Amino acid sequence: MIGKGIPKGFIITLKNFFRTPVTVQYPDRKVSLFEYAKIHKKNIFKLFFSQPMLSIKISLGLISVPSSVEQSQRFRGNEFTFFEERCTVCASCAKYCPLGIIEIVSVPGGFDAQEGESYKLEVFDIDIGRCMFCGLCVEACPYDALHMGTKFEKSTYVRDNLIITKEKLAESEKSPSSFYRPQFEKKKFDPFKDNIDDHYKAGRHEKPEYKDLKKKWVDDR
Amino acid sequence: MSIETRPVTVNLGPQHPSTHGVFRMRVTFDGEEIVDVEPVFGYLHRGSEKLAEERTYSQIVTLTDRMDYVSSMLNNQAYILAVEKLCNIVPSPRGVWLRMIASELQRIASHFVATGFLLQDLGALGTPLIYCMRERENILDLFEMLCGARITNSYLRPGGVFMDAPEVFWPALDRSLGDIEKSIDEIEEYLSGNEIIFSRTKGTAVLSSESLVNASITGPMLRASGVDWDLRHRNPYDYYSDITFKRILHTASDNYARYWVRVQEMRESLKIISQCIKNIEPGPVRPSFDDVPRLVRPEPGDSYAAIEGSKGELGFYLVSDGGISPYRMHVRAPSLINLTLLREMLVGELFGDLFVIFGSVDLNMGEVDR
Ligand code: SF4
Ligand code: SF4
Repeated sequence: MIGKGIPKGFIITLKNFFRTPVTVQYPDRKVSLFEYAKIHKKNIFKLFFSQPMLSIKISLGLISVPSSVEQSQRFRGNEFTFFEERCTVCASCAKYCPLGIIEIVSVPGGFDAQEGESYKLEVFDIDIGRCMFCGLCVEACPYDALHMGTKFEKSTYVRDNLIITKEKLAESEKSPSSFYRPQFEKKKFDPFKDNIDDHYKAGRHEKPEYKDLKKKWVDDR
Repeated sequence: MSIETRPVTVNLGPQHPSTHGVFRMRVTFDGEEIVDVEPVFGYLHRGSEKLAEERTYSQIVTLTDRMDYVSSMLNNQAYILAVEKLCNIVPSPRGVWLRMIASELQRIASHFVATGFLLQDLGALGTPLIYCMRERENILDLFEMLCGARITNSYLRPGGVFMDAPEVFWPALDRSLGDIEKSIDEIEEYLSGNEIIFSRTKGTAVLSSESLVNASITGPMLRASGVDWDLRHRNPYDYYSDITFKRILHTASDNYARYWVRVQEMRESLKIISQCIKNIEPGPVRPSFDDVPRLVRPEPGDSYAAIEGSKGELGFYLVSDGGISPYRMHVRAPSLINLTLLREMLVGELFGDLFVIFGSVDLNMGEVDR
């Protein structure tokens, strides 16, 4: 019964034994001395002579550095990015969510420089404990106020902490993913290195110049 | 004094690592031989069809992801085709080419899983499964570039896809196609000539093509018995009529034939993808919101659209009463229908072959129970 097929199979498994592993160690990975020096931008000899104990520990595989998984730019992570200044409280996001987990409460009394009176956002809660990160809310937002985030390490011990409120959204780091936001891809914005602090930069149009605004709103009227 | 032997009934599952999910079988053995099988399912029932009745047409895409979770793109495609038929939407060409690329990639991924798990069930613990999963991982990376998710894609929208592929996608796709081709060669080299696989899979669970057709079984299982039935060729949807590909047929209709058909189909999918890449042209990926709004409201009526899924004919039947959500949605789930001949396949076989036969059907419990 045993013929050519089985040795052939063993040759292939042997070949695979010597290929570089595809597994990514997460959240920490062991480093070699050479890599450690490279990460910390040090000369390997200097490192060895200045910190001999550390170098020995690294060589023994006792030291690990944080490592991350390579993500694509469009990654739909579980931390939303929200620019309150851009939001008009239209509640399209809440209507479009298949699970109905976005809670929005608006009150009259806001003020917009161009439009006059407007609504003010009072409550904006997303229950990410039930969210499935489909991104439909982001797709529905017509003013580019809500974006998917790229971070995903948001586990907590208490379920209530999973409800992200307006305040939490305002504090969180603003590194939106380019899911349904082609403008970020066009601008070559890298969410893993950069942040967007200015809400003007998140829109799909450039910030208008003063003279254009004046032409549109004053001269042409 | 004579020793009395009698059949023993054993419960396999639902929590069993080899049942591909939560599936329960009440198997009666006479010694090593199987005399009776009673499949019990419904442990993963989530009521997707009912949930669809209270969601709008664009929101249901997210539910279809979760039916057959190893081929979400194909589910998306079948559902979107049904919606397009119901609302008379003319899709954008670039969107259609993109979704064809995505669904063929998904077919390869799904066949990789099927092959890997079949070999796992054969007793090749780990190694071939890991090789197959490694290749699937490449494809999932491509999906992450396209739509930001790996398994629950929701990439398709009525009329096309939600967003054009990023620039990094095309070189990555080219690279992956080469890698996948190489790894299919590898799988064939070390498995298709392997004597252990031959002796375990050849001649087991043979089904006649008549009984397969009578039980309305489709997909690789049917093609392994020599019936030339592929919806991509018989009833071309999307732009499959512009594409040439070989239909893979085998006549043995045993476990080996089913495995062989899947492996060869992956090669054909690669060819289809390269033809799609040649044919794709720039343009919008979905119709404008004036033509297809986010909240579509079809005329009262019904529609049925079926595609050649990775496991067989995957169809969606939608009934509209003129509202924003369907009155009724029904899914023709190939996994469930392919299970109907399980008893015929198993009775008379040995216990050791039970999970091999079960794995050769390639079912997904998420789709069986929905
Ligand atoms: S990502 Fe999906 S489930 Fe989550 S809040 Fe947005 S629409 Fe709802
Ligand atoms: S859709 Fe956008 S603008 Fe409207 S309420 Fe939601 S976040 Fe604000």
